[in-house]
Amino acid sequence: MPLKGEFYQRDREWHPKAYTHDYKTSVARSPRQSLISLENTVSEITGPRFGHGDIDPGDNDLIYNYAQSGESAIGERIILHGRVLDENARPVPNTLVEIWQANAGGRYRHKKDTYLAPIDPNFGGCGRTITDENGYYFFRTVKPGAYPWRNWVNSWRPAHIHVSIFGTAFAQRLITQCYFEGDPLIPHCPILKTVPMQEGIEQLTAALDLNATIPLDTIAYKFDIVLRGRRSTLFENRLEGN
Amino acid sequence: MVQKLETLIESASQTAGPYVHIGLMPTYAGNAGYYDEEIGTTPFLDESKAKGEIVEIVGSVFDGTGWAMRDALIESWQCDAGGVFPGDKGADPAFTGHCRFAADAESGEFTLRTVKPGSYKGRGGVESAPHISLWVVARGINIGLNTRIYFEDEDNANDPLLNRIEQRPRVNTLIAKKTGDGKYRFDIRLQGEGETVFLDI
Repeated sequence: MPLKGEFYQRDREWHPKAYTHDYKTSVARSPRQSLISLENTVSEITGPRFGHGDIDPGDNDLIYNYAQSGESAIGERIILHGRVLDENARPVPNTLVEIWQANAGGRYRHKKDTYLAPIDPNFGGCGRTITDENGYYFFRTVKPGAYPWRNWVNSWRPAHIHVSIFGTAFAQRLITQCYFEGDPLIPHCPILKTVPMQEGIEQLTAALDLNATIPLDTIAYKFDIVLRGRRSTLFENRLEGN
Repeated sequence: MVQKLETLIESASQTAGPYVHIGLMPTYAGNAGYYDEEIGTTPFLDESKAKGEIVEIVGSVFDGTGWAMRDALIESWQCDAGGVFPGDKGADPAFTGHCRFAADAESGEFTLRTVKPGSYKGRGGVESAPHISLWVVARGINIGLNTRIYFEDEDNANDPLLNRIEQRPRVNTLIAKKTGDGKYRFDIRLQGEGETVFLDI
């Protein structure tokens, strides 16, 4: 059996910095000291595993998973699908993907959200699934609405779905957000602009996927997610001084 | 031009936002019953059968102004009392090693109830002192913050990570203080005086 490999280091120039002054909330919530670099130990290259016994089959269908019997969530019906890959371009199978989002009016079902858009009684706004052997996942949901938030006096989040992925190890744990092709709010969002590079923003923007739509029923967007890659241990690391 | 590497780059992180609990802890968000079973509500499959000492770690996550954040969410990952990680051979079958917990919306305090981890031998046969790995997310945190909890009543003298920290007083930011039998206090300070050591893992 090959050794459990360590992970390629995170590219901290590709990810958002902790301190991003135009996203105001980050100012008081960002460390000022440098992170201490730690080569992976067993604590980082292992991680929790989940299986189909941990979730229900309908958990990935947000149009129906909170709806009254015979009813469904209001909004533009979409399929969000794609693959979870690692930086070696290999699929990450059997990993838990969790999502949460606002409803079609831009309102979250959360006790802290007081936006004037109404709650949809048939929409809860969260879902989860486990990738198949090819790293593939899919959700059915409604396209979330844009909503205002307190950053500038007049700030609006582009439509987005929050995505949480475990991968195979604690070092791969990631939360990101999925945006939608063509959204005119994308270039104006202080949170999205924490991503330093335009290619990084494009990687978080789901593509309209006409081939995956269901005619007369549901439109589709493709969103692939990339997790950190694992080193193949061809040769063992030589320790400095050993 | 040279050959192209057939590699990808990790999707950029984005903040978990203020409503992270909807997705990861629906009961906390006020949506109890959304799922039959929520992920990570406890690291125990059967607490009565778990090996080792049960400990409760209480703390807060403070922002740079000293305010205890009400919306922080934390995940923990650790080995069992014998130093074996769940999923590995010989691991305690009553223990998952993973827990999700959040700062209370009123008080800003979190509680992690788990087993005290054992120690294990890592790189070069060096033994790590018992520790719990943490990952902290919240609105305003652009990329999840990794840190560790160590315990003041354990021998931390030879831990390879703690020995890496040049400024010795900063080591204390990673050490939970004992407040009673099986009870510890561990505060996380994101910024400023007493800023917690965060890790690039």
